Amino acid sequence: MSLFRSPRFPRLGSPRWEATAAALAVLAGAACAKQNDPPPGAASGARRLVVGFSQVGAESGWRTANTKSIKDEADKRGVTLKFSDAQGEQENQIRAIRSFIQQKVDFIAFSPKTEDGWQAVLEEAKKAGIRVVLTDRAVRVTDSTLYETFIGSDFIEEGRRAAECLAKRTGGKAMIAELQGTPGSAPALDRKKGFEAELAHYPGMTIVKSASGNFERAKGKEVFEAFLRSPEGARINALFAHNDDMALGAIQAIEAAGKRPGVDIVAVSIDGVHDAFQAMLDKKLSCSVECNPLLGPQLFDVIEKLSQGQHVPKRIVTQEGVFTADQVTADLIQSRRY
Amino acid sequence: MMVPSPPARRPAALWPALGIALLIIINALFDLLAPGGPGLVGPGAFLHVSLRDGVPAGALIDILNYGATFVILALGMTPVIATRGVDLSVGSIMAISGAVAATMSVGGRPAAESIALAVGIAALCGLWNGVLVSVLRLQPFVATLVLMVAGRGVAQMITDSQITTFHDATLEYIGLGRPSWLPLPFSFILAGALLGVTIVAVRKTALGLLLEAVGGNPEAARLAGVRARLLIVGTYVWCGACAGVAGLIAAANIKAADPFHAGRNLELAAIFAVVVGGTPLTGGRLNLVGAAVGGLLMQCLTTTMYTRNIGADVAPLPQALVILAVCIAGAAPVRAMRAQKAAR
Repeated sequence: MSLFRSPRFPRLGSPRWEATAAALAVLAGAACAKQNDPPPGAASGARRLVVGFSQVGAESGWRTANTKSIKDEADKRGVTLKFSDAQGEQENQIRAIRSFIQQKVDFIAFSPKTEDGWQAVLEEAKKAGIRVVLTDRAVRVTDSTLYETFIGSDFIEEGRRAAECLAKRTGGKAMIAELQGTPGSAPALDRKKGFEAELAHYPGMTIVKSASGNFERAKGKEVFEAFLRSPEGARINALFAHNDDMALGAIQAIEAAGKRPGVDIVAVSIDGVHDAFQAMLDKKLSCSVECNPLLGPQLFDVIEKLSQGQHVPKRIVTQEGVFTADQVTADLIQSRRY
Repeated sequence: MMVPSPPARRPAALWPALGIALLIIINALFDLLAPGGPGLVGPGAFLHVSLRDGVPAGALIDILNYGATFVILALGMTPVIATRGVDLSVGSIMAISGAVAATMSVGGRPAAESIALAVGIAALCGLWNGVLVSVLRLQPFVATLVLMVAGRGVAQMITDSQITTFHDATLEYIGLGRPSWLPLPFSFILAGALLGVTIVAVRKTALGLLLEAVGGNPEAARLAGVRARLLIVGTYVWCGACAGVAGLIAAANIKAADPFHAGRNLELAAIFAVVVGGTPLTGGRLNLVGAAVGGLLMQCLTTTMYTRNIGADVAPLPQALVILAVCIAGAAPVRAMRAQKAAR
């Protein structure tokens, strides 16, 4: 087909604003709260609890498992869940929470994107008499009555356990390279804090390299390659990654450099995702500290207790384990749900 | 008032190339001056290239390997920008392409089929963009924003919101391959080949002229009988296909498709690479070599940050400074000033 048109002069159309508006509506729709339809016949008679949940986003497999657990549990218990995905933006979360307040839900639950900036919107919720439950990550507010409880992992404890495991595997002597999570995020800050606190008990263990891999597999690999070719690179014999994905990327970098992961460089990480179990089965990853995303049952237990006027503790720590390469079997991998 | 006309244009690829040279010199100086450091080319130095099983490895090789993604994205983006468009969806298309290839591969399909389908679907994404822009006349910014937002969701749907790990030597070769006949990463050779093909297509045929005509003055081009709409749809299809190839490289590099992070924010890097390479956002000119060198500059910056151990929280500042310096050096008034000085 020729790129020249026949010599006639068609009318040059004006921009079609309807179409633009339609495209914008698609975008807006993506950011708006999606409402789950109630399952037919569930909990007829008694008034159904209405819970608004603002998820931070869908940035990882961990988060997806977290979302699925909450939605499934709401369905199972016949709770009306108003679910909103903030696509990684705090503004969207605040907007979602305001919309929950307007809709007069019974409870608001959310996984805050960051620790700060929640005071105002939580005061609005309190004024409206709506109780708030935090999941996965905490907030920093001056008035602790602004939320009922915080359910989630203890990131400091996770970092501490990772250090403990690494000490056991290396006999307390290690030149450690650390792959940090997203700068400023609570899991990255606290896992580092816990790891370093435990490390203080082992004078033979030092962190020689530390940089952020942004919780990404690709960045974990790229940054670890830079570690390995640095002047200190030849001395590195241990890896601490703030999540499994970065460790999995780094393991590829170790192999590409002609070293043996698990032998020349001992790797430990946090989360316990499916692929990490495979790596432990292959003895490439030595240890993964579990960080459980399946918070749905615990969340709705707490909400039911609160709605019956029962007292719940201000801090509820998720039950989690530590997995080492020696324990992992093919059967265990099958049972992992995230 | 007369504005002094810029001097005879130097190759626009010069400024990003100087940027790369500057970064390499800075890195070398750090290595050289650090007490007890590795020296200029000792093990651990930026310029150090070692042989690993007969294959060269080192920071420079890493820049070529990871830079291939930026180069290919920039090659795709150049014709789009030259015709006054922009494609914000390339990062999401990368994620879709990787997701398609990984899912097919895990499903037991042969690599050739996975690759063809991944790039084909990426080209279809480009076609969608092109139709929105060219036929429905949406603003390119808005039209491609739709796929930028929705595309990542599509990629997550394809992989069932998981990072999909695959084991396929052919597929992995796209990112990790080191051919025996040329001591360079395969991804970089692929980028070079694509650059060659694009230059021939654009400069040895009338295509470049037509693109610049449409970008320079769409109305005049139309009156001259250029099929502007078809041409514009074509630029978006090409851009989508290139993003598809970049997505395959990114996935192959980690032997897995990461629908959450693959290509995230790379659209901005690609646009920068194109503009710094001498293709203005206002269209009407296009410079493929410049875009490719601009792409390498982006990776050179990233690798420098990792090598110099500059934390991710501070890294944007030096990055911005280098980008600013390159832009100012290539800006028209600065060029004119230098020309005046030279004339005196």
